[in-house]
Amino acid sequence: MKHFLDITRETCPMTFVKVKLQLAKMVAGEQLEVLLNAGEPLENVPASCEEQGYKVLSNEPTDNNKHLLLIEK
Amino acid sequence: MNLPVDKKKISIVCFSGDFDKMVAAFTVATGAAATNREVTMFFTFWGLNALKKKKGRVATGNSLMAKAFNFLMGGINNLPLSRLNFFGASSKLMTMMMKQHNVATLPELVEAAHALGIRIVACEMAMKILEVEQSDMIEEVESVVGVATFLNESENSHIIFI
Repeated sequence: MKHFLDITRETCPMTFVKVKLQLAKMVAGEQLEVLLNAGEPLENVPASCEEQGYKVLSNEPTDNNKHLLLIEK
Repeated sequence: MNLPVDKKKISIVCFSGDFDKMVAAFTVATGAAATNREVTMFFTFWGLNALKKKKGRVATGNSLMAKAFNFLMGGINNLPLSRLNFFGASSKLMTMMMKQHNVATLPELVEAAHALGIRIVACEMAMKILEVEQSDMIEEVESVVGVATFLNESENSHIIFI
């Protein structure tokens, strides 16, 4: 199952918090797509997910300086 | 609690009861917990006001002095700004500005802290002075501890004093 989270309107620390809480609700093997802004969220959200043992499957730029991350729990 | 040996730990001493400093404490705490750190928040002196179950002004305590202090300080809804407080109006104005800019407000940060499982402990000595009981505080207060316990539990932690 694939979940989606848009954190482009969030600011620190809720960018990380929302991703962490969403991943906590999911079961192992499920995927989460995260739309985020370049800069602080892009630099730290993928790294933080990997540090917690999740797999960052892809990280693609989209329109307006945003990125779409695909994370697997 | 069994934690991976390499899990980073942060302990935050929440001494100040100022609105802006409490926002800073909860911002650091939630950011740290969301990035895989084990976080403990130790509330002492004026910081205890943020943990009171009654969020407004209540004359908690037994002695006249404690009742007066607790009433004048109030709860989390009465935290003053550390500068330019303007008799309490500024924290409400600041909350409005935070909402306008999509920044998490203090109640949202507190809720996130609970959701992330941040450990909340209260200072036994400050509670005794201010005659605040654990039953006067929010149920998320895990325990009431002294400084020795706090320091023992914070070994190998970064300690931040706010």
